[in-house]
Amino acid sequence: MAKTTFLDVADKNPLQTIREFLKSILNTDDVQALLVPGRSGSSQSIMPVLINDPDLIDDADPLSPCFPVNSARLASKLSHKPIKGKIAMVLRPCEIRALIELSKLKQADLANTVIIGIDCLGAYSTKYWAQINATDADSLPGGLPDPGNPNDPHLAAACRACEHFVPENADILIGLFGINTTEKIMIQGITDAGMALLKNLPQEMVEETSEEPVAREKAVTDLLASRIEYRDTMFETTRQAIDSHEKFVRYFDRCINCYNCRVACPVCYCKECVFNTDVFDHDPYQYLQWARRKGAVKLPADTVFYHMTRVAHMSLSCVGCGQCSNVCPNDIPVMELFRLTAADVQHAFEYEAGRDKEEPLPLSVFKEDEFTDVVGIG
Amino acid sequence: MTEKHHPLILAFVCNWCTYTAADLAGTSRLAYPENIRLIRVMCTGMVDPQYIIKAFLEGADMVLVSGCHPGDCHYINGNYKARRRIRLLKEILPRIGIEKERLRLTWIGASDGIQFSKTMQELVVQARKYGPNPVSAGARISE
Repeated sequence: MAKTTFLDVADKNPLQTIREFLKSILNTDDVQALLVPGRSGSSQSIMPVLINDPDLIDDADPLSPCFPVNSARLASKLSHKPIKGKIAMVLRPCEIRALIELSKLKQADLANTVIIGIDCLGAYSTKYWAQINATDADSLPGGLPDPGNPNDPHLAAACRACEHFVPENADILIGLFGINTTEKIMIQGITDAGMALLKNLPQEMVEETSEEPVAREKAVTDLLASRIEYRDTMFETTRQAIDSHEKFVRYFDRCINCYNCRVACPVCYCKECVFNTDVFDHDPYQYLQWARRKGAVKLPADTVFYHMTRVAHMSLSCVGCGQCSNVCPNDIPVMELFRLTAADVQHAFEYEAGRDKEEPLPLSVFKEDEFTDVVGIG
Repeated sequence: MTEKHHPLILAFVCNWCTYTAADLAGTSRLAYPENIRLIRVMCTGMVDPQYIIKAFLEGADMVLVSGCHPGDCHYINGNYKARRRIRLLKEILPRIGIEKERLRLTWIGASDGIQFSKTMQELVVQARKYGPNPVSAGARISE
């Protein structure tokens, strides 16, 4: 049973209040360090920062819409082997969900983490962030993104189609939706580990235990409805854009095999990608053979093959974070296609990436009596 | 038109059951169409989805994966794993415009020589019905 408390916001500055809260978490004995989005040194981009010194907490910027990398991979690097104590990690909901997928792949161990999830306001593309940062490094021209406005053109498409803006499977939740954040911020201890940690915080920090505000439920329901509407329109548009093989080829026709989508994908889990191995280091003779057999062959070769293989690998674990689209140098709307395919694939296996850490990956298990409809030639 | 289409069907067959059935069909002098290309694998559980995607991108009109009946797998459960992968591919292949019916999974036991021959003949009938793989049909220049 979740335990709800509230933080009083000082000086109408929720960010500073969250920083103080994170600082008090970092000060507890069990927490070795804090992974949090932040600005280190002269950096203008907000990147994940591993903070050890509580006095550097002002570097943390967990509400920023700058989202250049999905931290799940980094959280995996920090947690896949035992450490003394735990690392507290401030993650977006999609990062938590991806981390859960990685833990199922034994590439992360959640026992070494305390996950702090914040209601997600959504993110801008890295390109747009660079544009606005050029004029204003410290504050956003239009303030924080308004999650209630799904038509905010600057919000990444992945975020506008996201139904998982409230963190699931966090140990501690920082709630913003349906709350007047210039006055209060909601803190929930979700798991035993999270509640135990909150107990160790200074008493004056948190108000007495109370209920979730009524306005929150409505805010979440309303936002969910608008996100689903955007998502379904996006799915339909994408379906139509690739409803034949010719159109599919056109969809990817400016892919240069840079593999950025693979690098950015938090759940592209292979230690060594087959497309980097000798298997795809073809001899010149091989290319000539293809050209001879078919008359001509488009280069670079294997672009569609690469994307379909990647889909076969990651679609069951795709959390829809949109980093693939964020990093595509030629602006191919890859997120739209991957999310659509992931939705179909996950539905087929009655699975949802990041939903439950106890739920096994569909391809790691089987039942004797299932999917009998795929067998046979009838 | 369909008479002129000579479909190419790639069949990944497991060493212990379907390949043995093909062998039995041969020694029993049962005919099956020349459109089938058999690839012997040790188990259907080792058929990487990549092999199937590549087969279609190279123009195969149909792909068959065939192994032991449930409970008979030489490696205990490889065929169950294959069945999940086939289920996955049946969602993914339509994304690139390949109808999911072009991918088939069957269980043909080592003693089913007659069944093997019949299945192959039926697959060719189906492949003619579906027509050429859209990958090779539509493309002037190969992907």
